[in-house]
Amino acid sequence: MTAMNDKDKNASGSKMNRRDVLKGLATVPVLGAMAYGTWRKTRQDHIRSHKLAKELNMSAEEKEYTPFKHDGDTIKIGIIGYGIRGTQLMKAAGFAPPQTIQGWKEDGARDSRNKRYSDFLEQDDLNIRVTGVCDLFDVHAGNAMAAAANIGREGAGGQMGPAPKRYRTYQEMLASDEIDAVIIAAPDHWHAQMTIDAAKAGKHVYAEKGFTLTMDETYAVRDAVKASGISYQLGHQGRQTESYLKAKEAIDKKLIGKINLIEVCTNRNSANGAWVYDIHPDANPNTVDWTQFEEPCEIKHPWSPERFFRWRCWWDYGTGLSGDLLTHEFDAINQILGMGIPTSASASGGVYFWKDKQRGDYVNEIREVPDVWNAVLEYPDLDFSILYSASLASNHNRGKTIMGHDGSMELGNSLTVYADRQSTRYAEQIKSGLIDPELPIYTYIPGRKNVDSVATATEQYFAARGLLYTYRGGRRVDTTHLHVAEWIQSIREGTQPSCNINQAFEEGVAAAMGIMAQRENRTIFWDKDKEEIV
Amino acid sequence: MLKDRDYSKWQLWSLVILRVAIGWHFLYEGIVKLLNPNWSSLGYLMDSKGLFEGMFHSIAGNAALLNVMDFMNMWGLILIGAGLIVGLFSRLASIAGIVLLAFYYLSHPAIIGVNFAMPTEGSYLWVNKNLIELLTLWVIVLFPTSKTIGMDRFLFNKK
Repeated sequence: MTAMNDKDKNASGSKMNRRDVLKGLATVPVLGAMAYGTWRKTRQDHIRSHKLAKELNMSAEEKEYTPFKHDGDTIKIGIIGYGIRGTQLMKAAGFAPPQTIQGWKEDGARDSRNKRYSDFLEQDDLNIRVTGVCDLFDVHAGNAMAAAANIGREGAGGQMGPAPKRYRTYQEMLASDEIDAVIIAAPDHWHAQMTIDAAKAGKHVYAEKGFTLTMDETYAVRDAVKASGISYQLGHQGRQTESYLKAKEAIDKKLIGKINLIEVCTNRNSANGAWVYDIHPDANPNTVDWTQFEEPCEIKHPWSPERFFRWRCWWDYGTGLSGDLLTHEFDAINQILGMGIPTSASASGGVYFWKDKQRGDYVNEIREVPDVWNAVLEYPDLDFSILYSASLASNHNRGKTIMGHDGSMELGNSLTVYADRQSTRYAEQIKSGLIDPELPIYTYIPGRKNVDSVATATEQYFAARGLLYTYRGGRRVDTTHLHVAEWIQSIREGTQPSCNINQAFEEGVAAAMGIMAQRENRTIFWDKDKEEIV
Repeated sequence: MLKDRDYSKWQLWSLVILRVAIGWHFLYEGIVKLLNPNWSSLGYLMDSKGLFEGMFHSIAGNAALLNVMDFMNMWGLILIGAGLIVGLFSRLASIAGIVLLAFYYLSHPAIIGVNFAMPTEGSYLWVNKNLIELLTLWVIVLFPTSKTIGMDRFLFNKK
């Protein structure tokens, strides 16, 4: 038997009968069921989300982003040090050598996912000129000059502007009227003297971390910068990370309750990451001003290309994991909690992996600076500890976690807050089922169109894996560019940027305490009233 | 090809339920995207692996194209889903659904040696649920029901 013999009926007349209509519309009520189900589900999600939002009291709107202003006079910049970081800072300021840009362009043409070239072109023009360069290595100085002259941001064959002046010493650069401000990307052992001299000369300073090489220098730099009134920015570009602003709000609104432990870390696992950089084949006593490089050192060393390029591996020039990488984490937490200088610091570590010539690719000398290093910073007045652990021979990342009695917060480009199962604040909500300690109670992902208490599982997955970028005003941006831009704007407006001298001093003292603790093998105590080590 | 009238009653209604169920899945996926102002296929496309990875990544990398894709995907899901449920332009909806599912399968193929950020609730080798849904839609194309149970009845059965 066939189910259908309607065709015969239809054939007998073109008018639709009741049976036709019923069969034609038989499945339409399913749409009604879906509408009802969707309404029920949306309403339930909305009520839960609304209740939770009310409970947490977090602002729903994203912070209004005011773009940095670049109008007014063109600012004349001098770059001191055009090594790895100097090159990155110049790029963030809008300058790169034509051959580098040509390389990005070709990479972009080969692989459409490679956005270096288009990202660089889209970067805001800061309305600055690089009028002076200073680097002790001729090759680096030449590259810096090519970058500075490349005002058209073009690859090979592009139009070049006037070449900047190359200064053999930074002192000559500071004495010039052609320089308004300097970017200091020289090794750590030069930071203090260069900053002090720049401040005295009235030149604004953007300086790389670590703040200084030694504890004594921290006071001198702070005093010189404060006395001069220059605009000073320390190079912690993490200041520009949007999620930190939300993290601060969450902490202020006591989402995680009384904070008792903060865990931060650094992980890398390559020779380059462990600061065993390549040695340039053209470096020799004729192309490098080694005497000037060694000037601040008490004991002078004979020419060593290894020490010149891999200076971070020796205490004569570098600040190790403390000044180099703990400081980024410290500054991130200080930005959120404003905890300042710790009451005490203890630290330990050693050269545990990059310890022999073969593995470390060392030429003559094995590094002094530890590749595994841990520090504990105590804040008895605030009732919490900061635990820092770092390995330059493992990529296992522990992220940044702030732990409190009522919950914990995981911080990165995104921000996730979980309630604690034993929380006092959330006890009732956990019991009633409104809050599940396994699921975040608050998630913030920059670049989303608006902020919601509950992001989807998929979104959290992608954000955690870095597949969603940091956005500003809907645009993907490099935080170093923003950090430089903020400094330039502060020069024009006569204000101080976010990582100003007070913040820098706190970072510098904390880092110096970490270094002293490890090298002297004792706990270092800070007297905050006398502002000195006791 | 078999005509609607050749099915037994059980066969007809089983095929109708299958069609409506797939339609339901499509429609709800579309509505969820419509209701979420933050939804974008960016993450999904960036998570692509396999032979066509480059193509999906370049769509993700082009803001204008991404917007078009988001729009087409969301409204595609809604229209295909509604079409299958009420049985309107059911054949067209099924074929469009196959095309959409083919894109999903190609961007997240269940091949050896790839892992996705996107969590899955099961274990798959070569055959995954996208592929099964795709093949099922092909069955729906070959065994149409909408001219009997569905609004296509009004459009295609007139003399």
